[in-house]
Amino acid sequence: MIKTLAAQIKEFKKESVLTPIFMVLEVVFETLIPLMMASIIDDGVEAGNMRHIYMVGGCMIAAALGGLFCGIMGGKFGARASTGFARNLRQAMFDNIQSFSFSNLDKFSTAGLVTRLTTDVTNVQMAYQMLLRICFRAPVSMICAMSMAYFINARLASVYMVALVLLAIVLFFIIRRAMKYFQLAFPKYDELNASVQENVSAIRVVKAYVREDYETSKLKKASQAIYDIFLKAEKNVVLNMPVMQFTVYTCILLISWLGAKMIVHSELTTGELMSLMTYCMNILMSLMMVAMIFVMMSMSIASARRISEVLEEKSDLTNPDNPIYDVPNGDIEFRNVDFSYYKDESKAVLRDINLKIKAGETVGILGGTGSSKTSLVNLISRLYDVTKGSVLVGGHDVREYDMDSLRNQVAVVLQKNVLFSGTVLDNLRWGDANATEEECRRVCRLACADEFIEQMP
Amino acid sequence: MPGPMHGRMPKGKKIENPGLVFKRLMGYVAKSYAPHLVIVAVLILISVLANVQGTMFIQRLIDDYIMPMLSADAPDFHPLAMAILRVAVFYAVGVAAAYAYNRIMINVTQGVLRNLRNDLFSHMETLPIKYFDTHSHGDIMSVYTNDTDTIRQMVSQSMPQVFNSAITIISVFISMIILSVPLTLVTLVMIAVMLVITKKTAGLSGRYFLQQQKDLGKVNGFIEEMMEGQKVVKVFCHEEENIKQFKEINDNLYHSADRANYLVNIVGPVNMQLGNVSYVVCAIVGGALALSGISGLTLGELASFLTFNKSFNGPINQVSQQFNSIVMAMAGAERIFKMMDEVPETDEGYVTLVNVKEEGGRLVESAERTGRWAWRHEHQANHAVDYVELKGDVVFDGVDFGYNDDKIVLHDVKLYAQPGQKIAFVGSTGAGKTTITNLINRFYDIQDGKIRYDGINVNKIKKAELRRSLGIVLQDTHLFTGTVMDNIRYGKLDATDEEVIAAAKLANADGFIRHLPDGYDTVLTGDGANLSQGQRQLLAIARAAIADPPVLILDEATSSIDTRTERIVQDGMDKLMNGRTTFVIAHRLSTVKNSDCIMVLEQGRIIERGTHDQLIDEKGKYYQLYTGNAIAT
Repeated sequence: MIKTLAAQIKEFKKESVLTPIFMVLEVVFETLIPLMMASIIDDGVEAGNMRHIYMVGGCMIAAALGGLFCGIMGGKFGARASTGFARNLRQAMFDNIQSFSFSNLDKFSTAGLVTRLTTDVTNVQMAYQMLLRICFRAPVSMICAMSMAYFINARLASVYMVALVLLAIVLFFIIRRAMKYFQLAFPKYDELNASVQENVSAIRVVKAYVREDYETSKLKKASQAIYDIFLKAEKNVVLNMPVMQFTVYTCILLISWLGAKMIVHSELTTGELMSLMTYCMNILMSLMMVAMIFVMMSMSIASARRISEVLEEKSDLTNPDNPIYDVPNGDIEFRNVDFSYYKDESKAVLRDINLKIKAGETVGILGGTGSSKTSLVNLISRLYDVTKGSVLVGGHDVREYDMDSLRNQVAVVLQKNVLFSGTVLDNLRWGDANATEEECRRVCRLACADEFIEQMP
Repeated sequence: MPGPMHGRMPKGKKIENPGLVFKRLMGYVAKSYAPHLVIVAVLILISVLANVQGTMFIQRLIDDYIMPMLSADAPDFHPLAMAILRVAVFYAVGVAAAYAYNRIMINVTQGVLRNLRNDLFSHMETLPIKYFDTHSHGDIMSVYTNDTDTIRQMVSQSMPQVFNSAITIISVFISMIILSVPLTLVTLVMIAVMLVITKKTAGLSGRYFLQQQKDLGKVNGFIEEMMEGQKVVKVFCHEEENIKQFKEINDNLYHSADRANYLVNIVGPVNMQLGNVSYVVCAIVGGALALSGISGLTLGELASFLTFNKSFNGPINQVSQQFNSIVMAMAGAERIFKMMDEVPETDEGYVTLVNVKEEGGRLVESAERTGRWAWRHEHQANHAVDYVELKGDVVFDGVDFGYNDDKIVLHDVKLYAQPGQKIAFVGSTGAGKTTITNLINRFYDIQDGKIRYDGINVNKIKKAELRRSLGIVLQDTHLFTGTVMDNIRYGKLDATDEEVIAAAKLANADGFIRHLPDGYDTVLTGDGANLSQGQRQLLAIARAAIADPPVLILDEATSSIDTRTERIVQDGMDKLMNGRTTFVIAHRLSTVKNSDCIMVLEQGRIIERGTHDQLIDEKGKYYQLYTGNAIAT
C-alpha cells in the first residue's frame, strides 16, 4: 500500500526530502536559544558584563532568524510536497478509473469512488504534511532538548527522563482505548449521513406516506447513539491534557526543589535552572505532538488503504496487441456465449447463447424483468467480457478490436440516463465531438427531442 | 470525529453579517448549555490562574528562597519546602479544573452537534418539495457533514482555547506590569509587530483559502458528476477528454492549495521566532536595567518576566491559529441557519381524517379503527362540526399551475373522478401528467382554480391527513436501508408480518423476495442497489398496497416491469382498489386500456378524454399514440 502511494510523490521528491531537513534545522536553532539565555543571565547579568549580553543576544537573534528562515522554508516545501502529492493521487486515481471496465466499476460504488477522490485524498494530504513537518521535528526536538538538559545537569535531566517514560506509557494506554471507540464511532457516523442522504433523495416518499415524524424519531435515535459513542471515545482523549499538565507541574516543582538545593551547594547556576525549565516544556510538548501524530496517522490509514485499492485495481478489459480499428459491417454473432457478473460460473446470467444478426436488421430483445436483456446487449460493445464462447461484430471477435473504435461504432443508449452539466448541445456532442449545430438539430428531430428542447429557455 | 472534510466550502462568498451569525450560534449553544458554559468559564479561570501562580513562583523561588539561602551560613530549606507544597496544592486544583472543564466541554460539543443534527433534520422534513427541487442534494448533505463539522471544531476547540488564551493574556499582562513596566512596554511593541504581520498573512491566506475552497468545489463537482456517469463516459469513449479536463482543474486546485497551505504554515514559525526576538530584546533591556539598577529590577524578576514573555506569545499564537477555523465555522453556521430559516410547508388546513361508524343513519366519530373514514370538518364561522365520508371523489376545477409563477405548465385543467373509477393520464414526455398527481396531495400549491376532495377544498384539509388518505407509487422508486420487511411496512407501520407478506403477494413481489439470500429479512442498502429496477418497483407497489388507501396514484409504477408481470400486478391492484379511486400514469398504453376514463395531455392541457374505445373512435391524438405504439405493446 505504502509503495503504491509513495510512487505518486513523483516530482515532489525534492520537496519531500527538504521539508524534514529544514524542520530539523529549525529545531536545532530553537534548542540553542535557551542555552544562550542561560549564558546571558549567568555570565552577563550576574557578572555585570553588558558586552557579553550584547554578544550572546546578537547570537540569539541570529539563531531566531535562522530558525525563522528554516521554518518558512519548511512550511513552503511542506505545503508544496503535500498538495502536490494530493494532486498526483487524485489524477492517478481519476486516470485509472477512466480505464476501468464496467465490472471494475461495479466493484466500487459511485459514492465510494467519490469519497476516495475527495475526502480520502484530503485526509492523506493532511497526514502527509504532518509526517513531513512534525514527524521528524517532534522527536528531534525531544532528543535535542533532552541532550541539552543532560549537558547542563545530568542529575536533574534524569527527572525528565523518568517523567518522559511514564507519560509515554500513560498516553499509549489512553490513546489505545480512545482509538478503539473511535473505530466503532466512524461507521456509525457514516450510517447517519447515509440515512440523511436517503431522506433527501426520497423526500417525496417520506412526505407521501406522512412519515416525517417517524423519520425524525429514527434520526434522533441514530444521533443519540453517535452522541453516546463519541462521548465514550472523547472521555478517554480528554484525559491527555490533565495527565500532561500533571507531569509538567510535577517536573517543575521537583526541579525547583532539587535545583534550589544544587544552587545553594553551587552545583548549578540560576540561569541553568531557567533553561532547564524551558527544556522541560520542549520535551513534554514534543511527546504530546508525537502522540497526536500517531492518532492522526492511524486515522488516515483507512483513507490511504481506500486510495491504494483504486490505484491497484487493474482494468480487466485490455486492448489486444494488434487491434483492429475498423468495424467492417454491422453483422453480429453470439457463439455459445456464457456470461456471469461474478467469477462463480454457477451464477451465470446468460447461458449458451447462439445468435446471428445481419447488418441492417432491427432486432428487439424481449424478456421478463431481470431476464438479462441488458446484459446481452452490453456484451456487443464489450462493456463486459464473456465468460465462455465469443461475440463477433463484423466477423471479428470483439476482443480483437480496439475498444475505443468498437464503442465509437456501436452506439448505446443506456437504461439509466445521465446528462452532464453544460448546454444541451454540449451533451449531444458527447456522441461526436465535431458535430455541427445543424447535425445536432437533425438528430434531435430523429429522437423527437426537438420539441421539448425548443421550449426550454 | 471524521477528519476534516473540506467539501463544498464557502463558495467565495463573504459572510453577510458575521457578528449576527456569531451571536446566534452562541445563543444556540447557550440555549441548552448555559449553566455548563458558566461552569466551564469558571474552571478555565481557575486553571489559568493556577498556571500563572506557578510561573510567578519561579520569581519567588530565586529572589525569596535561593538568593537568601546563598548568602546564609546554614541554609534552611524548610520555608522552601512549604512554599513548594503550597504551589503544588494550587497546581493540583488547576489540573482538576482543567480536567473538569475539558470533560464538560465534550458533553457540550457532542450535545450541540446532536441538537443541531436533530433540529436540522426535523426542520428539513417540514420543508416543501420545492426546496428539494431547487437545492442540490450535495449542497444539502454538505450542511450535515462539512458545516456541522466546522461547528464542532469551533465549539470543542476554538471557543475554550480563545477564552483560555484571553484569560492567560490578561493575567500574564497584569503580572508583567507588576514585575516591570518598562519591560512590559518592550513586550507590547513586539506583540504589535507580531499582530501586524499575522494580520497581513491571515488576510493573504484567507484569500487563497477561499480560492482553494472554490477550486475544491469545482474538482468535487466534476468528480461527482463523472463518477455518476462513468458508464456513459465509457460508452462514448470520452475518457481521454475527461482526463484532460480533470488535469486542468486539478492543477488549479494544487496551485491555490499550495499557496494557502504555505501561508498557514509560516504563521507558526514567524510568530515563534518573533517571540524569540522579543525574548532577546527583553533580556538585553532587562539585563541593562538590572545592571544599572535604575528601575530596581532584580535578577529573579527578570527571570520570571522572561518566562511570562514566553507564555505571552503562546496564547497569541493560538488565537491567530484559531482565526481560520472561526471564519470557517461562521460560514458553516450561516449555511446551517439559512436552512433552519427556510419556510416550512404552509398548512392552514383544519379538516382532519377520523374513524367513523354509523349510528342511526348518522356518522359518529369513533376512537377505534372501524375501517370507515370521514373528514371532520369544523366550520370556522359557527364551529359546527360536519362529517363527510371519505369516498375518493376528486375534482379539478379550472386549475392553473406552474413551478414558478411566471411559467405556467398546466392550463385550465378540469377533471372529475368519481369514487371507484380508474382514471388514466397519457401523453408525451413533459406533458404534465406527474404534475397533476403532485397537486392532488399538495406537493405543490396551485396558482389558480380549485381542487376538491369529497367536496372539500384540499387547501382546507390538513396536509398530513390528506396525504394519509392517498396511496402513491412514484415514478422514481426509493427504498430505505433496512430489511425488505421494513421497507414494505413503511406503508403501515403497525402491519403484522402476515399483512406484509400478503401485500407482497398482491404486488407479485413474494416470488423474488423468497429467492433473496435472507428472504424478507434481506437487508437493502444504497436505495436497494442490489435489486433490479423492476423488483424495486414491485416493492414500492407492495408498500402502497399495505397502506390500503382510499385513493391510489400509480405514477409510471410498472414502467420497468415486463408486461406479463404487470398484468398480474394490475389484477391484484384492481381487486384491492375495487370501489375506490385510482389514478394511473403510464407511457405504455396497454397499462391504461381498461381505465374508466383516459385523459390525454399535451403541453399542460387536457386535449381528449374518454374511454379507450371512445378515444379510438375519435381518431385523435390517443388514436395516433395507440397505433404508433402498437408494436411496442
